[in-house]
Formats: sequence, C-alpha cells, structure tokens
Amino acid sequence: MTAPNHSWRKFKNVFMQALALVCALLVVAPLVLVFYHLIKEGFSAINWAFFTQLPKPVGEPGGGMGNAIVGTFVVLAQAALLGVPVGVLGGVFLSEFGGSKLNWAIRFAADILNGVPSITWGIVVYALMVVPMKGFSALAGGVVLGMMMIPLVMRTTEEVLQLVPGGYREAALALGIAKWKTIVQIVIRTALKGIVTGVLLALARVAGETAPLLFTALGNQHWSHKLNEPISAMPLQIFNYAISPYDDWHRQAWAGALVLLLLVLSINVGVRFLTRDRFGARNH
Amino acid sequence: MPTDSTSTLTPALTARDLAVFFGSHQVLKNVSIDIAAKAVTAIIGPSGCGKSTFLRSLNRMHELVPEARMTGDIRLFGDDIYERNVEPVIVRRRVGMVFQKSNPFPTMSIAENVTVGLRLNGLRDKKLLTERTEQSLQMAALWDEVKDRLHAPAISLSGGQQQRLCIARALAVQPEVLLMDEPASALDPLATQKIEDLIIELKKDYTIVIVTHNMQQAARVSDFTAFFYLGELVEFGPTKKIFTNPSQKRTEDYVTGRFG
Amino acid sequence: MNQPDKQPTANGGQQFGDTAFKWLTLAMALAVFVLIALIGYELFKGSHLALQKFGWHFLTSSEWDPVNDEYGAWPFIFGTVVSSVIALVIAVPISVATAVYLTELAPQWLRQPLTMFIELLAAVPSVILGLWGIFVMVPWLRVALFPWLQKYFGFLPLFQGPIYGVSMLAGGIIVAIMIIPIITSVSREILRSVPGLQREAAYALGATRWEVTRIAVLSYAKKGLFGAVILGLGRALGETMAVTMVIGNTPQVVKSLFAPGYTLASVIANEFNEASGDMYPSALFEIGLVLLGVTVLVNIFAQLLLKTFAGPSVKPQH
Repeated sequence: MTAPNHSWRKFKNVFMQALALVCALLVVAPLVLVFYHLIKEGFSAINWAFFTQLPKPVGEPGGGMGNAIVGTFVVLAQAALLGVPVGVLGGVFLSEFGGSKLNWAIRFAADILNGVPSITWGIVVYALMVVPMKGFSALAGGVVLGMMMIPLVMRTTEEVLQLVPGGYREAALALGIAKWKTIVQIVIRTALKGIVTGVLLALARVAGETAPLLFTALGNQHWSHKLNEPISAMPLQIFNYAISPYDDWHRQAWAGALVLLLLVLSINVGVRFLTRDRFGARNH
Repeated sequence: MPTDSTSTLTPALTARDLAVFFGSHQVLKNVSIDIAAKAVTAIIGPSGCGKSTFLRSLNRMHELVPEARMTGDIRLFGDDIYERNVEPVIVRRRVGMVFQKSNPFPTMSIAENVTVGLRLNGLRDKKLLTERTEQSLQMAALWDEVKDRLHAPAISLSGGQQQRLCIARALAVQPEVLLMDEPASALDPLATQKIEDLIIELKKDYTIVIVTHNMQQAARVSDFTAFFYLGELVEFGPTKKIFTNPSQKRTEDYVTGRFG
Repeated sequence: MNQPDKQPTANGGQQFGDTAFKWLTLAMALAVFVLIALIGYELFKGSHLALQKFGWHFLTSSEWDPVNDEYGAWPFIFGTVVSSVIALVIAVPISVATAVYLTELAPQWLRQPLTMFIELLAAVPSVILGLWGIFVMVPWLRVALFPWLQKYFGFLPLFQGPIYGVSMLAGGIIVAIMIIPIITSVSREILRSVPGLQREAAYALGATRWEVTRIAVLSYAKKGLFGAVILGLGRALGETMAVTMVIGNTPQVVKSLFAPGYTLASVIANEFNEASGDMYPSALFEIGLVLLGVTVLVNIFAQLLLKTFAGPSVKPQH
C-alpha cells in the first residue's frame, strides 16, 4: 500500500514540523533574553533612590531617574487628555453615524496615520509647537503622544462598538430614548470594558516611544515644574544613558529599561487578563 | 377591501393607504386597517410578506433602515404619528415594542432594566421608580420570581424570564399600545405558554399587535387577525372567521397550510 | 389619492441632542484628516529650502556635508532599504513558520500562551531592545557570529571587511526582531481565515500534515501572507531607536554588511537637535518627507493586499 516516496514524505513532514517549532522558539528567545539581561544588569540599580532622586552629575555614583518616571506619567496624562476624547468620540462617529463613503475615508486616513513613523510625528510637532513656543516643553511631548494615540484609539473604539449587538440599540430606541442617549448610556456603557482596554493599550504603546520625544520634550536632568519646560521621560533617559560612555549611567539605563518594560508589559498583560473569555474560547 | 372590525370602540391605530419603500423597493402596498383598542390583533403571513415592516411602521422603527420612506397615514388614537413636527421619540413612548430576541441591557440589573426608559427620559423620583418597577414586573408576571433579587444582573435570568423582563421594561413607560415581533419564537414551549397567558392578561389594559409565524399561537391569543401576503393586506377580521371561514382563497390556502 | 411623501423629519428639543452629539463626534473623527494635513504641511514647509536647492538630486547624492550645506540622501536611503531587506529576509521565514506552527501544528494547550507571548514581544519599546542590542547583541555579534560568517562565507563581498559589531547587519537583525511579532500575528489571522474545507479536502487525499499546510493553506493564503510581509516592511522602514543604537551611524554605501550604516530615521534622530542654520534642518525635514512618502506608500500597498484577500475580518494594524 505504501507509495515509493512515502518514507520521504513522512520525513519531510516531521522535519518541517520540527523546523516550525524551532522558529517559534527563535521568536520567543529575544524576549526571554531581553528580560534576563534587564534583570541581571538593572536589578542592582533599583532602589528607593532610583525612584525618587534626580540624576547625579557624571562621575558621582548614585542618583536616580525619579524625574524621568514622573515625567513619563506627566506626558502620558497629557497625551490621554488629547487622545482619549478625540479617539473615543471619533470611534463613536465611525460606528454609530456617518455614511459609508465618509467613514471609509476616515478609516483609511486613520490607518495611514497608524503607519506614520514615530520620528516623523516628532519633527512635525517640533515645527508645530517647539518653534513657535521657542522652546521644548512637556506640553509638546504630551501633544505628540496624544496625536499618535488618536488613530489607534479611534479604530479600537469603533471595533468594540461594532461588536455591541444591534438589538440593544433597537430596544433602547423603541423605548423612546433619544439616539444620543442610547449611544452614550447603552451602547458605550455595554462596550466600556473594550474601550478602556483600547485606551490602555494605546497608552502602553506611546509610553515606550522615544523618537517623538527627542524633539518635543527633549529631556531634563532636573525636575520640571512647568508644562512649557523640557521634561524628562523614561525612554529618553534610557536612550541618553545608553549611548553615554559612563558605566554607572549604563547600569541606570538597564534599571530604567526594566521599570519601563514592567510598566508596559503589566498594562498589556493586565488588559488581556481583564478581557479574558470567562466562558471558554470564543475566538478559537 | 379588508373587512372592518366589528368593534364599536375608537380604534387604537388606523392606517390608510400605507406604503413603505426601502430605496426603490416597495415592501408594503396599500395597507388600510383599523386596529381595535384593548384587544389583541395578530399579523400573520409567510416570510417576507411585510408583516414586520408593517409592525415597525406603527412606531416609526422602520426609519432606522437607511433609505426608508413611507406614504400614507397612520393615526394613534386619532393623532397623526407621521406629522412633520412629531418626533419619533414621542411616538415610541406611546407605542412600545418587544422583540423576537430578548435583549435586556447586559450592564444593568433587573430593576435598572425595568426603569431605564423612565430614567433616561428624566424621571428621577426614586419612590415613583420603585413603584413602577413593581407594577411593571407584576404586569409581566415576573414579580414573584425576581422580587428578591432585583439587583441581580438581568442576564442571569432564563430566556423566558428575560423576555418577560423586556415586556416589563416596555410596560414601565406606560405605552398605549404594545407591539410584539414574534415574542415567543425563541422560547421553549413552557416559556411560550407563559408569554401567551401574559398577552391574554395584558389585553385588558393594552392594545396589543403581535406578529407571529405560528398560526396556532395567533388562533389562541388574538381577537383579530390580519393576513399579509407579498406586502399587501389580503384579509382582516375576527380571528375565528379568518381561521374557520376566510373570505379570500389565499387566506384559506395559508391558514390550512397549503403554502407558507 | 396622491399624498406627498412624509419624510421622517422631526424638529424640536430631542433632536437637538441628537444633532449636537452627531456633530461633536463628527468633528472628532475629522481630526484624522486634520492630522494628515498637518503632517504634510509641516514637512513640506520645513523641507522647502532643501527641496528648492537640491531637487531630485537629493535622492541620488551621497554628499552629506553640514559644513558646506551640501546634502544628499542616498546613503540613508541605501541604509534604510538594506537594513529593511535584511530584516525581512530574516523575519519572514521565521514569522510565517511560527504562524504556521501556531495555527496548524502546535498542540492546543500551547497556542494561546505562545500567541500571547509573541504579542508581548510586540509591546517591547524600541529603545529597550536597542539597549539590549548595544550591550548584549552587538558584542556577541562582534566576537561570535560575524567572525563565523566571515570564516565560512567570506568569499562573498557581503561578509568581508573589518568587524566592529555595530553594522548594517546588526541593524537588520534588530529590526527583524521588532517586526517578527507583527508579521506573525497578521499571518496568523490570515491562516486562520483559510476555510477548513480546504484542509479537509487535502487530508482526504491522504496528505501529510505538512503537505496539507503547504497545499491547502499556504498557497490559498499567499496573497494575504504577502500583505503581512509588506506590512512588516512598512514597520521596518520607520523603525528608529533600536536601529540607531546598533547600526553605527556612518553615512556610507559599501558592500560589506559588517560596515556601519545609517538610515533615514536614524540621521534625523541623531542630528536634528544639533542642526544649525536653515539648510541643515531643512535637509533633515526633507529626509523626513522621503521617509514618510516611502512608508505611506508601502503601508497603503499592504492594506490593499490584506483587504482584498480577506475582507474586513483581518485587521491590518496592530
């Protein structure tokens, strides 16, 4: 019964499967290695001072990234102020209103924006804000990250709202509830978890961005007190330390990277955990 | 010309020369009918005959479909519901609707679902809301089953209970007419029985129009029956007559199961 | 009886809320057009001087001389293209194979965790990967992989020349690591959308698992997979931080992969803040314009491929 090339086919079958497994492992390896090194190199530099102190001048050991950590949150908060309302409401429009042609154009534009390199965003906002304001600022940093969030949040909000069954909208309208109230109090409320997830993931995305901040927030070795001053942020500090020639700063770069990675990953893992399917695999 | 109802009360809903178009496609032609108050009128007919569209034109829900147009006249207790400055929202508070698939709002509790129509239209009086909640749930024959867990999530109820919750939700707004689009078709026989009993109870106080593809159901619960076919109202009259002695051949063919 | 059409109009209080809300959300949605216009405007305005002075010559010249205000983008275009190609060469086989593994071959219990792991890799910020690149990967390349390549493949000009560690190849490798997750996840979606009937038909013919995959799945999904690859390319082109940290930042066009290189994104990142005068920043803006143009075109191409393959069920962006 066995054809002449049967054992060759069998071999190929096993070989290819093994190859695919190897590839999967190769994909996993960098993350594991990165984590390993982050912990190995950076863990020792993490202490209370790291979180609370300013960077010390070159040559003096110690100091920390307190200002960078705070700076990251300041910039993210501003980004959220811009990105969340515009993104969510824009997503509402795409899902609940609008004609098919206009909506297609908006989605297309959003997809293009999602593909714009982050460094391009940086020089655009530099020209837009840093030049007229005659200086780098936390505000510019917040604006650029917020702008980057808009198309992301818009698309995820739209997707999530589309998943709300039409029956709920109908039932609400049939009760004589006005359309806008239906959308806000029924549809958005039903989809809220998904919307929040989308926002958090977008925040995690921009939290790690360095390039746009190079030309907007610039970085700061001290605490910033005003929004129109340059501000430090973790990715910036990590970058500056990494390319510096000083070992102590290298160690702090590792530490900062560890903290940043933990922040970003915990948001990612956290939202996946929150939106897990309690009732079994729906998507597989 | 469909036969007139034998009731002498003011009809709850009257339609004259109603036609509905979706774009260029005409879905309903020339429908004229008087729907009696405080009675159950069943709308029957094969799939695609326009019965759902007709039902939805009674509370202006067909307008949710883009490119929907209608011509003709529909009056609710004498008021033209399509007049220029009548808002659909107002019409829908006077004419409630229950859907085929029960759809209690998933993020709300049982009590919140019942009062959502009232609250979102501005009613804040807690006492009144609580009263209405109990009233509506009683009318929907659900009170006894849920009175101890009013704050449980609405989706924790069974299918039949959810549908009765949707009925309570519609009744809470105190409509004058209740429209039901195949309300029991997704339910098991026991739950269906409960819904049918409920309809018979409700007609003491409400005008009910029910679309159903289940002819036995129509025969069981309704006082009047309208038979639609291909977008036209073929025959309308007391249920008994439609089922035992219809005037039109097409009606007879349908109710005896020769097609449909 | 001819009655005029009663259009469903309703004027009045309730309608105000509806209309206002609609206009509000519309205004927010139109922000995307505003942003695109803004980007285009600022880039053109910023690069105006350089565009006027250099014209098309900008794209072919290799002179990058801030002192004499002579600028040409060719080394950066070369660097971007080469590093991206290297990244694709490495990433595509690995990603597609992994996607195949995840959808067809892996045991059920492994699929979800592995998928999640790969999605987490996508979330690693570029600068962190770059940090690891400088201090871990590059030294290893310098003492282990590169010498090995030179020993066995040194007959190729690609692998000749002095080894510093920071290099075009290092840039390519690190970009590969960055784009693997997105190519994998989009490929996975594509493969999952292949109807089961195709597989069943192949099995019924007595094909082995690998053959089923090859015949029924991969060839059916070719177009979509190609779209995933182009999407990865789009990401690769715009990659900045990690590349800047390991590529060596030397504008030159040479055959050796071990030589340092420079990309469009990297030169902006490194030199923008120090660019003095008027022509220097303008040249950098023009580089930004070139980068944007190329990236947008590639992305549009990718979207077209993906949308015409699988329709709205596949979401191209991450």
